Amino acid sequence: MELHVNGETLHFAKDTMTMLDLLEAYDIEEKVAAVEKNKEIIRKTDYSQTNLEDGDRIEIVHFVGGG
Amino acid sequence: MIKQRYSRQELFAPIGTEGQQKLANKHVVIVGAGALGSANGEMLARAGVGKITIIDRDYVEWSNLSRQQLFTEEDAAHAHTKAKAASRRLQAINTSITIEGVVEEFAAETAEVFMEDADFVIDGTDNFNTRFIINDACAKWRVPWVYGGCLTSYGIVLAIMPGKSPCLQCLIDQIPQQGRTCDTVGVIAPAVQITAAYQTAECLKYLTGYEMSQELLNFDVWERKHVAVNVSPLINPYCPSCSAKATYPFLMKQQGIQTAVLCGRDTVQVRPAQTNTLSIPALAKQLKPFSDSMKDNGELLIFTIKKNRFVVFQDGRTLIHGVSDVEQAKKLYQRYIGA
Ligand SMILES: [Zn+2]
Repeated sequence: MELHVNGETLHFAKDTMTMLDLLEAYDIEEKVAAVEKNKEIIRKTDYSQTNLEDGDRIEIVHFVGGG
Repeated sequence: MIKQRYSRQELFAPIGTEGQQKLANKHVVIVGAGALGSANGEMLARAGVGKITIIDRDYVEWSNLSRQQLFTEEDAAHAHTKAKAASRRLQAINTSITIEGVVEEFAAETAEVFMEDADFVIDGTDNFNTRFIINDACAKWRVPWVYGGCLTSYGIVLAIMPGKSPCLQCLIDQIPQQGRTCDTVGVIAPAVQITAAYQTAECLKYLTGYEMSQELLNFDVWERKHVAVNVSPLINPYCPSCSAKATYPFLMKQQGIQTAVLCGRDTVQVRPAQTNTLSIPALAKQLKPFSDSMKDNGELLIFTIKKNRFVVFQDGRTLIHGVSDVEQAKKLYQRYIGA
């Protein structure tokens, strides 16, 4: 399937995956500040139950510590 | 001439002369005088905020000059403390406001003192340990603040109105590991400037009577990407830092010698159990026979013993370079500086 992540179109071999799968694929789960799916914010506790579908638009914002 | 000092800012309709008068009566506390602290500090001083307190535990190094705009080559050459060098520069920029530079660590033990008369806090830190102390202190004292972080060409900003908008703790349940830091993957000045610009804008909004944004904003200035997410639904009614049942875990006082590893710098900060004024000349005299080189710049004592460079502050805090192991650092501290 195809997902639009932070404005980039990405292709995945899997046909079903959850938000948690996606974040784990990037290995950034613990630094994630907020995640939106199709403009709707997703709570951390819901990542594993949030199914992603072909064409979904995902925004992932992650924390950085520098300054 | 002097009357015109703020004319362009007063012409900006949302601020006006009324907003300008409000700014003159406000006190902003900036935690950290690094890149973000410098950039915010300069904008707020020029904007005419009545009082600015800037707190920093470190001293100026050559690697800071690419982006920490308040410092000069002279500051790096003399290893001036960032808090004092920043306050001198800010005062030179605007002599009509009050500037206070504090050479200290913003720690659980000291944080609340700064909250007493703060109208707003700017996050100018480079680590999450200190940010969580800001988060708790601001939540407890109901002081609004703005988180800012930047790395490589990327930046992130979130304004926090304690009790009304999600705090840092609401968004993360654990302190993120700092694998990538400015000292390992670098940072460019434009990323700093955008981050600081959004922080200062939220600060000016709040101080002149407007609501702050509830969006978590992030951007990549190199890739020219922007993402804004409204995080207001994420406020946690059981948050240990900002809810009615808060326990403020990061304000718990620590016992004994405290250490902090300064990421990516092969440096450990050691803070004595009780910070009190240390006699630098006496320490210098005592350590002279053991040191390979020694310099007292009036603010700090800097000396090298074997592989380690020690930078001792007047409050007894010491940065030990050339060591990354905390226990090793404690031993070195106890051997040369004291318990
Ligand atoms: Zn909270």
